[in-house]
Amino acid sequence: MSEPAARPAGAMQARLLSAIAGRLVIAVPYLWLLVFFLVPFLIVFKISLSETAIAMPPYLPVISLGEGLGALWQGLRELSFDNYLWLTEDALYFNAYVSSLVIAAVSTFLTLLVGYPLAYGMARAPASMRATLLMLVILPFWTSFLIRVYAWIGILKPEGLLNQFLLWVGVIDTPLNILNTHTAVFIGIVYSYLPFMVLPLYAALEKMDHSLIEAAQDLGCTPISAFWKITFPLSLPGVVAGCLLVFIPAVGEFVIPDLLGGSSTLMIGKTLWNEFFANRDWPVASAVASILLLLLVVPIMLFQRAQARAQERDR
Amino acid sequence: MKSLGSIRRSFAPWDDPAARPYIHFDHVTKRFGDFTAVNDLSLVIYEREFFALLGASGCGKTTLLRMLAGFEQPTSGRILLDGQDLAGIPPFRRPVNMMFQSYALFPHMTVEANIAFGLKQDGMPKPAIEARVKEMLKLVKMEQFARRKPHQLSGGQRQRVALARSVAKRPKVLLLDEPLGALDKKLREETQFELMDLQQELGLTFVVVTHDQEEAMTMADRIAILDKGEVMQVATPAEIYEAPVSRFVAGFVGNVNMLEGTVSDRVENRARITGATGAVIAVENAGAAANGNSVAFAIRPEKIRVASKPPAPGTPNVLEGEIYDIAYLGDMTVYHVKLDDGQIVRASTLNASRVTEDPLTWNDRAWISFAPDAGVVLTR
Repeated sequence: MSEPAARPAGAMQARLLSAIAGRLVIAVPYLWLLVFFLVPFLIVFKISLSETAIAMPPYLPVISLGEGLGALWQGLRELSFDNYLWLTEDALYFNAYVSSLVIAAVSTFLTLLVGYPLAYGMARAPASMRATLLMLVILPFWTSFLIRVYAWIGILKPEGLLNQFLLWVGVIDTPLNILNTHTAVFIGIVYSYLPFMVLPLYAALEKMDHSLIEAAQDLGCTPISAFWKITFPLSLPGVVAGCLLVFIPAVGEFVIPDLLGGSSTLMIGKTLWNEFFANRDWPVASAVASILLLLLVVPIMLFQRAQARAQERDR
Repeated sequence: MKSLGSIRRSFAPWDDPAARPYIHFDHVTKRFGDFTAVNDLSLVIYEREFFALLGASGCGKTTLLRMLAGFEQPTSGRILLDGQDLAGIPPFRRPVNMMFQSYALFPHMTVEANIAFGLKQDGMPKPAIEARVKEMLKLVKMEQFARRKPHQLSGGQRQRVALARSVAKRPKVLLLDEPLGALDKKLREETQFELMDLQQELGLTFVVVTHDQEEAMTMADRIAILDKGEVMQVATPAEIYEAPVSRFVAGFVGNVNMLEGTVSDRVENRARITGATGAVIAVENAGAAANGNSVAFAIRPEKIRVASKPPAPGTPNVLEGEIYDIAYLGDMTVYHVKLDDGQIVRASTLNASRVTEDPLTWNDRAWISFAPDAGVVLTR
């Protein structure tokens, strides 16, 4: 007699299990973000509220969970926003932020200018060649990033390959001074981040139906206006993705401005490095990093929300 | 050639020697590498004609259409539109518009913006564009979908928008590449008649590419049957069906029985055709066939009578066999009769009354007969 009663109970159990399993699958990426993004960020944020000290670690208070609630409360009370106030008092930080954003924006735009024709050419190439072309775009990743940036010093320095070539051709009489200028930083960023621009652009352009261009031409568009009215608007998701992928790391870039930009280039990545390693002021460095994160994350979140809303409206 | 095509309407400029050709393919050849898509093809299409290019895939029909639109250039030969050589004129300056097989609707624009696209390119003033778009939406009965995007429409609705967009500029010629290919059968049949009405209403010249013979037969004033880049026959649907010029055309359009044999006793238009096994057919329209020629006598299934008893003596062209297969299709019944010489002949009978008084069934002896002018004699 217990059989019929057991069956619904078993079914309920199975349903419960599958519901739990479903939650677990979603929980994995959240857990990942929690452990590898949120917790480290909270640690950095906490350090930014601390005070610098000649100690190990070089800040106070050091909060430890093992010393009871009283000590924890005491520690929390010692935290303050003084470091953030300090960032507003010294114009260096503000200038570094602005300069970083400007350099990243200009570099992103230049990368788009170089990357779009490249991606367009790849998408229009015969299907048999596309895999090879894609491979060539990814190929530089196989060499160390640092070595590739160092190599640019050899190319750009006054007695470097570029100047030797230009002198030999006769375009210039005196070597161009490119190294240790903004131009060198732009060249370095465009070169290093080009694949991040080309790949999403290529993905957007490759799946586009060529008959749309023919239809536009059939209806009276010249090939150029067909590009601006059809191809470019339809590739916008790729443009946005590519620009974000270049802009975000470029803002915090340290290696390229350090190696190619010289002392004249002010970027927040270099400022951060100086605070951490030269001044050994971890709290201020942490405050710089926290502000940088806010500066990047907030606009991107707003942008993505706007985009999601636009998509919702279309449906 | 005597005109069988005046069934539809009295529009027949192709029978008028004074009529001016509107579109003229003049010895056009198109090669892609080693592949010859169109081979020395000449073809004339008249103004206001509904012209169909019919053929299997790879016969060159789409290439012909794309050359007219300007997306491909002929390797040799000329294409004239209204007397003007189209060579060197890019697609965006040609007075023709095309409805694409994939519809090619711009996904980032609303239905309205899609229809207005070509008009904006022409620099038409805004109020005129709005009026024209409204008119086009009404024409294809899509007024309430004006602000939708293409992905929010059904296949049939997209087809209408594509049509409205391609006629909005009032082109001299509308090119349609498999316009109904993506629709289901019922919608396709309805749309065929709507396209014909639209063509009449707008008074445009339509050139449609299709692989569907029924579609071509229903809609077109004339059909060009293409094979391997060459024109096999250009004629009205009735002529193509009743007077095909070759075995290929006869076999391509509709069902047909081909009785192969040798011509003899040719007197005026009458002749005899003797099959390999000795069966003799008398014909009254021998055409170009001369004594001794090997020919095919092509006869459509509905022109063959099937009976369970031998017909009255003196009936011409009686062949005997047995019922091999029967297909009841509702409106008609198709019999496959295996003749005594082994050849299988397809004959169809209209089911005009609900009860047949003379039912035939599998393996019955059967006699088929047909009039001496019921088929055509094909030498090619």
